[in-house]
Amino acid sequence: MKRKAQTMAEKILARSANKETTEPHEIVMAQVDVAMSHENADVVLRSFRDIGVPKVWDNTKIVILFDHRIPAESEKTAITHKRIREFVREQNITHFYDLKHGICHQILSEFGLCRPGEVLVGTDSHTTTHGAFGTFATGIGATEMAGVWATGELWLKVPESMKIEVTGSFQNYVSAKDLILHIIGMLGADGADYMAVEFHGAAIKSMSIASRMVLSNLSMEMGAKVAFVVPDEKTISYVKKHTDKKFKTILPDNDAHYVRTLNIDITNLESHVACPHAVDNVKPVRDVQGVKIDQALIGSCTNGRIEDLEVAARILDGHEVHPHVRLLVIPASRKVYLDAIKKGYIESIVKAGGIVLNPGCGPCLGAHQGLLAPGEVCISTTNRNFKGRMGSAESFVYLASPATVAFSARAGEITVPRKESL
Amino acid sequence: MKETKPSFRIVGRVYAFGNDINTDIIYPGKYLSITTDREEMARHCFEAVYPDFLKTAQPGDIIVAGRNFGCGSSREQAATCLKYFGVSAVVAESFARIFYRNAINLGLPVIIAPMISHKVHHGDTIEIDVENGIVKNITTKETIQAAKLPAFVLQLISDGGLIPYLRKKLGITQ
Repeated sequence: MKRKAQTMAEKILARSANKETTEPHEIVMAQVDVAMSHENADVVLRSFRDIGVPKVWDNTKIVILFDHRIPAESEKTAITHKRIREFVREQNITHFYDLKHGICHQILSEFGLCRPGEVLVGTDSHTTTHGAFGTFATGIGATEMAGVWATGELWLKVPESMKIEVTGSFQNYVSAKDLILHIIGMLGADGADYMAVEFHGAAIKSMSIASRMVLSNLSMEMGAKVAFVVPDEKTISYVKKHTDKKFKTILPDNDAHYVRTLNIDITNLESHVACPHAVDNVKPVRDVQGVKIDQALIGSCTNGRIEDLEVAARILDGHEVHPHVRLLVIPASRKVYLDAIKKGYIESIVKAGGIVLNPGCGPCLGAHQGLLAPGEVCISTTNRNFKGRMGSAESFVYLASPATVAFSARAGEITVPRKESL
Repeated sequence: MKETKPSFRIVGRVYAFGNDINTDIIYPGKYLSITTDREEMARHCFEAVYPDFLKTAQPGDIIVAGRNFGCGSSREQAATCLKYFGVSAVVAESFARIFYRNAINLGLPVIIAPMISHKVHHGDTIEIDVENGIVKNITTKETIQAAKLPAFVLQLISDGGLIPYLRKKLGITQ
């Protein structure tokens, strides 16, 4: 009998649960390939001790790193970091990246830890980022991560799948960020709740790995459980360059069942922005141009990669950031930072008046490094603009592409990114 | 608030919220450096955006909300703070998935009930039959059919959450 056609999510969970096939809504016990935690490893650790298992299930499959509050912004965090370092030594965790490395979702890709066909869980909601490599990658809570540390397995409900087919090519200064904001605006903050999203199509194939990561990263903001980019030669060569570990790429079947299919042609897509205080409050940038800004931020697990810094540097090179604007730039990792130095991007940014912060999450989640006062406005390449997310509950955050943020930083107000804008 | 083992029949006063209540609203990011003191987490529920919650909500209250409750960050503190404040259950039209899992794993009952925000209002008293997925509005006498939880999830909640469940499964007694 012919095996039932399956989506990527169904196939990977079947492999992981050692089954022939799986069905949407079925609960399976998945064997986890990679388990990542950042500072909240401290919350995981407390639950792990409560379970009472002396040793983690596999010290080579757990990844721990620091990125949310680095260097420690408080004594509490310093204690957290210290306690986790001690745990890492006690359990001999092989993949530990201390605070010099950068943001978790970038680090996993740079160290070859997100691989096609595998199951990766992280105590961070933007773990969906790794779907860009064909990995079943999803965010989980701290207590269930403690369960993974203890047993290596996790209950997962097999999600329904949605297919997004993208064709055409971007106009100048329009990028993956604009595309995914446009999609979130259409579908809403719960438009893909519990679902596996699969990105297909010629436009996706021609995108860089970094741009694909933007799509998978932000799909979380429409509720997606996982967000795959169907792996291709580009994926495989990227992963092979970063790891010697063998992996088995899993592709969706041609006649797999999707509960919804979207077809999007990006040829005429314009730059978009998510307005306060919701990621699905999406408008074309031209609808809000002229809004005065106090801060501009380029960085984060969404848009802190070399291609993002390149576009920012190109726009800022030889110009000045508006005197009323604080421009913060955060490379996603030490490697990105070094590349940006070598290529001269950092020089262009600093000469223009940008402030470069150490690789990490920075003010994205409102912990430190550039919070907002009541009434202030920030335009940011990050992923959330919830009320109070980046400081005062009376501040306003707009989410946009690196190009839109760089142009806006120069103008002192939200600006459509095009040559004639300035 | 001391920890109580969840019951399958819960009666409480309703504390109502709207749609898309995200985890930054439930538990502000600036308190994420609190990683182990659960009582302290409970002192910051909804603090930045809905400060009245801490002044007027009572242990035992049931949160009722619209769509997509708990969207956003995976921070478990968002579920922990509610549980340790003494919230006895959350009933919503839908939940974001990580919050939903966190609540179950901590033994905080979460019930999906269509149209609940139109049928139950702030200050009403409701009774939840967790096992059978039934919500009764004692104030208005209306009965609302909610989604029944899968048996596996009921077991987790009845064991008091994932940790007691795993301890039992792994045969850990001390």
